[in-house]
Amino acid sequence: MLTILSKDSMTVTREQDVVPCRNRVKEVAVKIGMGIVNQTKLITAASELARNMLRYANGGQVVIEVVSKGRESGVRLTFADKGPGIADINLAMQDGYSTGKSLGLGLPGTKRLVNEFDLKSIVGQGTTITILKWKNG
Amino acid sequence: MEKIPILRMGSFLLVTIQVDLYDRLALTLETDLINMVHKTGARGVLIDISAVSIVDSFMGRILGNIASMTRVLDAETVVVGMQPAVAITLIELGLSLSGVYTALDVERGMSLLQTKLGPNDELVDDDADDTE
Repeated sequence: MLTILSKDSMTVTREQDVVPCRNRVKEVAVKIGMGIVNQTKLITAASELARNMLRYANGGQVVIEVVSKGRESGVRLTFADKGPGIADINLAMQDGYSTGKSLGLGLPGTKRLVNEFDLKSIVGQGTTITILKWKNG
Repeated sequence: MEKIPILRMGSFLLVTIQVDLYDRLALTLETDLINMVHKTGARGVLIDISAVSIVDSFMGRILGNIASMTRVLDAETVVVGMQPAVAITLIELGLSLSGVYTALDVERGMSLLQTKLGPNDELVDDDADDTE
């Protein structure tokens, strides 16, 4: 069973919010004793998703949680926006696909960096992406 | 406005990134560097990212752009000092920085540039160097 040990949230509405968002994620990752490689992967994933939110939905909400399951602890991040939504999730998850002018690495690349990745999107209503990185994952 | 300083060392430019680059700062650096290459006729650019803890796809694209842009101005760019955790993350993310030269540290980056530019680099004082 997943237990939520702490919960924090912030809004990302400008590009200047991306660095503070990364710093908040780093703080909790350090607090639970996550190693440097997993920390870097998690923060990079957070950076990608925060940027995506800005680019496609003009920003949104980030929830940062410390969770535990048995002996393992981890960081769960939820990125929720009220943007246009993703019409074809399978396509969006393909390497190299992008509707924006990016490299199209964002979503599939981010998924590779974390242990759990969940994407829910409704066209016209918004997108919510939840990622989880275990301390020793 | 915050700016990343660009140092001139002979025919090379050296940039040490010490802060977390937010988008505008990265784009400013890109423009400043290209202008500086043009103005000084620099033949090489060293970008030291040893103090950078995160390189995401945006930042990776900026590095790639800088390398391509300096190349068309006849200067090579070498990215030096990448943290091991950053290297692991970049490759898993799917960003191999193809087209960007990399070196372990500034010293190796410098010798890589010197090798690339070869002996006929006009900007280097070659008064004592008469060998063909």
